Amino acid sequence: MAKSYETVIGLEVHVELATKTKIFCGCSTEFGGAPNTHTCPVCTGMPGSLPVLNKKVVEYAAAVGLATNCTITRNCKFDRKNYFYPDNPQNYQISQLYLPICRDGHVDIELPDGTTKAVRIHEIHMEEDAGKLIHDDWEDVSYVDFNRSGVPLIEIVSEPDMRSADEVIAYLEKLRLIIQYLGASDCKLQEGSMRADVNLSVREAGSTEFGTRTETKNLNSFSAIQRAIEAETIRQIDILEAGGEVVQETRRWDDNKEYSYAMRSKEDAQDYRYFPDPDLVPISISDEWLESIKAAQPEFKTEKMARYKEEYGIPDYDINIITDSKKMADIFEEATAICNNPKKVSNWLMVETMRLLKETNTDIANIPFSATNLAKLVNLTESGAINSSVAKTVFEKIFAEDVDPDKYVEENGLKQVNDEGALRETVEQIVAANPQAVEDFKNGKEKAIGSLMGQCMKAMKGKANPAMVNEMLREVMSR
Amino acid sequence: MANVISDETIEYVGILAKLELSDEDKENAKKDMADMLDYIDKLSELDTDGVEPMSHVFSVSNVMREDEVTNGDGSESTLKNAPERHENGFIVPKTVE
Repeated sequence: MAKSYETVIGLEVHVELATKTKIFCGCSTEFGGAPNTHTCPVCTGMPGSLPVLNKKVVEYAAAVGLATNCTITRNCKFDRKNYFYPDNPQNYQISQLYLPICRDGHVDIELPDGTTKAVRIHEIHMEEDAGKLIHDDWEDVSYVDFNRSGVPLIEIVSEPDMRSADEVIAYLEKLRLIIQYLGASDCKLQEGSMRADVNLSVREAGSTEFGTRTETKNLNSFSAIQRAIEAETIRQIDILEAGGEVVQETRRWDDNKEYSYAMRSKEDAQDYRYFPDPDLVPISISDEWLESIKAAQPEFKTEKMARYKEEYGIPDYDINIITDSKKMADIFEEATAICNNPKKVSNWLMVETMRLLKETNTDIANIPFSATNLAKLVNLTESGAINSSVAKTVFEKIFAEDVDPDKYVEENGLKQVNDEGALRETVEQIVAANPQAVEDFKNGKEKAIGSLMGQCMKAMKGKANPAMVNEMLREVMSR
Repeated sequence: MANVISDETIEYVGILAKLELSDEDKENAKKDMADMLDYIDKLSELDTDGVEPMSHVFSVSNVMREDEVTNGDGSESTLKNAPERHENGFIVPKTVE
């Protein structure tokens, strides 16, 4: 193409908050209940019902705002956004338009060239989620489940500061890390507890004016976001190159077809007729309350990294990976506190845990074992009670079923054999049975000892102390 | 009567409210709406410079609850409101985006 273009992207990110109850009623937010079991007159929009705000929602929203350098709106309120849809029983969504709880923030993202860039946050507001529609495959009906109706959300609206899919992913990863550290949400894209809508436009490089933007929805993974951004950029450039005009519209991404299609255009844009919700009184955040939210902020990645370096003396590379997940950092700290061996704990996390997570396609946030059992395993290995290959097997068991390694080793007779008599007997047998290998070794073939080692370990069901076997083999053969 | 509601406006409000209005309904609604706006216009007679917009009539703020589950399984009473139900779900005409 003749001209060069710049992509301009802003994001609207919805995050489901990790409260126990809904935003305006005492119904459980637990996922997976039978349809409509977590419902009441408030979250199903019955006339005469009165919503009462969940305090924790304000605290989570403000905490996310503080962690993303926002100004907290000390006097804020809720508004009604009016529209009709079967998943919206009130015929309005309670949201915040005029006075969102947080404004004017930013998060810093690291670019591939090592520099950082601030992505500005326009606002963060609190709102309620809608119910869920299940479409019947055979009949011309849908089923409504209101369990999700009234689950608290925050919507984080960025400024159009991103210029590529990589910047978008970096921004989302940063947001996710901050929110996970706060414990405000688990932020799982696949399960919908974090959802990103992409506002994208293109313009000629060097231009200071924005082009017409589209909004792409239904992006359920980082890779879908990446693909959708690339496809939408090309689609818009193609239109402009052909002399056409981009239409402002909402598009739905189909990740299987790797294509988006228009859902609604600006012409039939909704008129939401926002107005202040008369059922909900204003929120006033006092100095004391804000201070207590500030005081409860956790240690974030940057501070954690500095502390780990100082306190645990493990490599920067390990520190970076461990602190990239709140869950992993928690397990690391807890296990290290028990066994006092940061290097070994780190090794188990960096190598075997990462391998098994990948093999079982498990999210790091769902690491299925307890820090206590990992610490016990480290102690068993360090004390010489089990050898390293048995430890690996036991770890797989811990990863799969969170078994207590002390018990498991005991019950399955996996203790390392350090008993000289028993080892010597085996070594003598193996040496006697393998004259050729012994001959080779004596002729200087150092490698031959490997196969003899293997046979000894096998004969001892993997439980022999390998260092002792090695030493003994050399001794017996040099006779 | 200072305010006049156009046919287009009443048509549009009808669409937003998902109401099917007969010609007679429309004429009545136009008159009602104009009366209401006239009444509200009285407020313009006051000087409101420097007065914060008010969203609530009571000077109450921070009515909140703790994050504790207080409701149990509400499905049976909720589903009493379903014109048609399928197991535990409301049946609605198929909605596909």
